[in-house]
Amino acid sequence: MAKTPLDALHRRLGARMVEFAGYEMPLQYQGIMAEHHACRTKAALFDVSHMGQAEIAEIEAFCHLVPGDITGLKPGRQRYTLLLNEAGGILDDLMVANLGSHLQVVLNASRKAADVAHMRAHGVAVTTHFDRALLALQGPKAAEMLPEATHLKFMDAAPVTIEGIDCIVTRSGYTGEDGFEISCAGFDGEALAELLLAREAVPAGLGARDSLRLEAGLCLYGNDIDETTSPVAAGLGFALSRKRLAEGRFLGGAALIKAQAEGTAEKLVGIKLDGRAPARAGAEIRLPGGGRIGRVTSGVFSPTLNVPIALGYVRSDCTEIGTALELIVRDKPLSGQVTSLPFVHHNYVR
Amino acid sequence: MSQVFYSKDHEWVAVGADGLATIGITDHAQQALGDIVFVELPEAGRSVAKGEACGVVESVKAASDVYAPLSGTVVEVNPSIVDEPAKVNAVAESDGWFFKLRLDDPAALSTLMDRAAYDEFLGKLA
Repeated sequence: MAKTPLDALHRRLGARMVEFAGYEMPLQYQGIMAEHHACRTKAALFDVSHMGQAEIAEIEAFCHLVPGDITGLKPGRQRYTLLLNEAGGILDDLMVANLGSHLQVVLNASRKAADVAHMRAHGVAVTTHFDRALLALQGPKAAEMLPEATHLKFMDAAPVTIEGIDCIVTRSGYTGEDGFEISCAGFDGEALAELLLAREAVPAGLGARDSLRLEAGLCLYGNDIDETTSPVAAGLGFALSRKRLAEGRFLGGAALIKAQAEGTAEKLVGIKLDGRAPARAGAEIRLPGGGRIGRVTSGVFSPTLNVPIALGYVRSDCTEIGTALELIVRDKPLSGQVTSLPFVHHNYVR
Repeated sequence: MSQVFYSKDHEWVAVGADGLATIGITDHAQQALGDIVFVELPEAGRSVAKGEACGVVESVKAASDVYAPLSGTVVEVNPSIVDEPAKVNAVAESDGWFFKLRLDDPAALSTLMDRAAYDEFLGKLA
């Protein structure tokens, strides 16, 4: 199994390690609940070096593979976009930053090898930097802890030197909080993490990362979106450029235009449950006393709201906020309602 | 002092002077689960077979079953852990008990481990 450049540090900090996407990753250090609250009230530090960092020199060929307006992405700016297949399904969701001379992309760990093969097969020259470290510093105190990067606003990207370590910093993340994702050479990763911990960032693992992203209403590839999911069904319309959609000149463009015009059979919704029992991925969704209308794709007990929350797909005529639902857990129906997303409001600094 | 036994499913069983067996999950189990947010208990009066799933604990991230370590009838449950699931994390092997069983066969206790044997069992898991 692969290890990140921060492996020794995780073990020193007493992390409980788990397998994730072929990597040994920290699930938690002191506990998911405490780490979750640390991110919402102070700042938490996540090792996300398992994600695939890569460089793309030619913008044009890459643009053919994504529905976002990448030619309109100014130097120093970052954008969320999608790699689509011919059928308009999502091969991966990714961050793209324009660093002037090239694009920097951050790919999901479970998809990075397939993504690179896909891009290369479509004539995109990709230079992988899978050995680099990537740290996420997230929370309301993140800017205080990283004064070197406070000139950046939400979704800005720039090279920044932090105590002598050359980094590429973006002001973004996967928690709904203000914060930064910091890329550096693998051999500098541990020193960078140590200096951020010395600035009182709280180490946090994949457990808190998952509960935080779910509260923020952000999809997890493999759970909430996959190759069979249309971005239209997943509520990712914000990642679709109107201009590019009108042209339709990208892989999956025709299917996407059709999905947008005709709608999709199911749509992703947020669900709040009434009791305390969470509904997990796979739980069936029904209308009260009625038949199946969908399924849960992610579910967690929200540490911030103190209630169980879930993301799931339901029939497109059942997506109205407030719609009463039943989620089947251990053969029993749990009541809940369709809720607006995000569950916990975003605190981005724009 | 009641005698305490342990199962391979990480439950403890304390037999009181009244012959009733109080059952909970071990400290090792609560640590492995992490922050517990929901507990479901069997109904009083239900008869359970050894190894039968008869309760649920959910942490932030995952659900796991609680098994009956021995066969018997549920005579009492601990509603305080339903109201305050974090109590299981705090005091798993005392006030965080789950339910009490009237055992079908008290002699079956000998199929469980004592503390020393359970500690040895945990050592082998590590």
